[in-house]
Amino acid sequence: MKKSCLNIIFLICIAQLVSVFMHPQACFADYDYIKISDPFLNKIPVAVPVFQCLTGEPAVKSVAVEASNLVNEALAFTGYFKMIDREAFLEDSQTKGITGPNLNFDNWRDIGAELLITGGVSIEDDLLQIEFRLFDTFKSELLFGKRYKGRLDDQRKIVHRFCSEMVYRLTGKRGVFESMIAFVSTTTGNKEIFTCEFDGYDVKQVTRTKSLTLFPAWSPDGLSIAYTSYQNDKPEIFIKHLNDKTEKRISFDGLNITPVWVPGKKLMAATLSFEGDEEIYLLTESGKIDKRLTKNWGIDVSPTFSPDGKMMAFVSKRFGNPQIFIQNLDTGEVRRLTYEGKYNTQPAWSPAGDRIAYSGMDNGQINIFVINTDGKDLKQLTRDTGSNESPSWAPDGSLIAFSSTRKGKSRIFVMTASGTDQQELITLSGEQTSPTWSTSFLEY
Amino acid sequence: MKKRNLFLKVGLIILMGVFLATVSACSKKKPSLDAMEQYPSDTEIAAAGGQQAGALSEEELQAQRLQEQEAARAKDAARMKFVNDDIYFNFDDATLTESARQVLQQKVAWLRENSGASVTIEGHCDERGTEEYNIALGQRRAESVKMFMINAGISPSRLNTISYGEERPVDFGKNETAWVKNRRAHFKIQN
Repeated sequence: MKKSCLNIIFLICIAQLVSVFMHPQACFADYDYIKISDPFLNKIPVAVPVFQCLTGEPAVKSVAVEASNLVNEALAFTGYFKMIDREAFLEDSQTKGITGPNLNFDNWRDIGAELLITGGVSIEDDLLQIEFRLFDTFKSELLFGKRYKGRLDDQRKIVHRFCSEMVYRLTGKRGVFESMIAFVSTTTGNKEIFTCEFDGYDVKQVTRTKSLTLFPAWSPDGLSIAYTSYQNDKPEIFIKHLNDKTEKRISFDGLNITPVWVPGKKLMAATLSFEGDEEIYLLTESGKIDKRLTKNWGIDVSPTFSPDGKMMAFVSKRFGNPQIFIQNLDTGEVRRLTYEGKYNTQPAWSPAGDRIAYSGMDNGQINIFVINTDGKDLKQLTRDTGSNESPSWAPDGSLIAFSSTRKGKSRIFVMTASGTDQQELITLSGEQTSPTWSTSFLEY
Repeated sequence: MKKRNLFLKVGLIILMGVFLATVSACSKKKPSLDAMEQYPSDTEIAAAGGQQAGALSEEELQAQRLQEQEAARAKDAARMKFVNDDIYFNFDDATLTESARQVLQQKVAWLRENSGASVTIEGHCDERGTEEYNIALGQRRAESVKMFMINAGISPSRLNTISYGEERPVDFGKNETAWVKNRRAHFKIQN
């Protein structure tokens, strides 16, 4: 549903898109503004004055305030922008205008803003139009401008579409603004699957099994969620299409858990135990066994794949306690990744392919770690804050969602990939666990 | 000769009839309905000391009833014990300890006596550790128990397994006392 709405807006945008600036170097593909691999040393200061009202309707005024606030919130969420307090502004864009010739860039440079976003809002025939301009204040230059058109209630989507475009032009990646997070919540009394937008907004209940429902996984197109449910008194895998609500069931004898899609292939992987032992299998999307991947007596569980789909990391008890291993799917070769600690589980392969996040237990406390796929550069991202579990990468690799008991009950948190800016994502009764970030829908 | 033979035969048949009647009367703990019907009237039963026989039979009935109740109670107790005695494991371990094997021996005995019963073996974990791995570990525990049962001669078709991982603790405490109780295999009787 989200995707189709976005598509509609996107189409309207394409049709209505006006290049509101005439700068020839519109695209600066060298992305030297933000290096996403280490974007957290210096946050880029951005000023977003309240958008200008281009038509006179009372609704325009409130959209102008809300939309500019939403831009502030969305960019702050990324962890690599520092939003400048409007109290510090020297210039009133309501009267000064929002286009290059009307702006005095000295006024923005003086308060430390490196980037300036101006906006203009109009409503015509119940259609909302917002135009955005991004300026480099030091070069006194318009970087890009775009006008979006949609329904009145598309305000959030329009803002996030602009933020995606902006971040894409600055980093070469689409960012998180049009991604979703699935998670497990006990808010109804049973563990059920829920979704929300990247920033915790718009929580929706996906399953109503009234039983135990665990381990959500997104399909690459973001249209389906796979999960394990005990609704038939045994752990089976279900694949639920979010739009038409149809369900497919994968049910072998014994365990059917930890489903996940394999990138770039029309295949899934899951842990099954029908042969009397917990092993990881490749499955077709209709739930037939394609291939058994692990061949080792004892627990093998929690597959996660490299972005090219050629390597799998997983948890195995083959050397006595749970550790993370990497298997080459072509050669079958397996090597051990983690050596620190006696309990390392829940691997999550980063979208860039170079790192794996996981949870490690020490003295009964579970914390999030990140390690290079070659086993080097181990970093602990959480500490002394209860149990921190289930890391999941944002589609651009800039953020990691996880669950934490730091406030007592388990809640969903988000932090930057280097562990900074840890913030609670969702306020919901009960306990929230197993956050799973979708891909960015724009890439599909 | 023929007449004598006939006499002998008739005599034997009568004798056998009497014998059978006596045997059947003795072998029954209370007068059978058939035997009672042979009496011509109620008064004759009383005169023949039927009251005393009736009293005796009531006592015996009571004893039998008690015996049956005792047996049923013992059977229930055995069934309860079978369901209530959990098998306990060490942390991050699915191997059977010595005490686990002793409890399992009793369960094997019960399953042999109750050959019609099928069971589900539930594998559980304590809350420490992570959900995915714990579901797998719970399954491993249930499978360890199932393998013990199969090796002891119980048909695999009577043994179902399921894992709940850390999702269904019996003790919600956050200490070793609680964790010990939660790292378990639990039996459920299906029929």
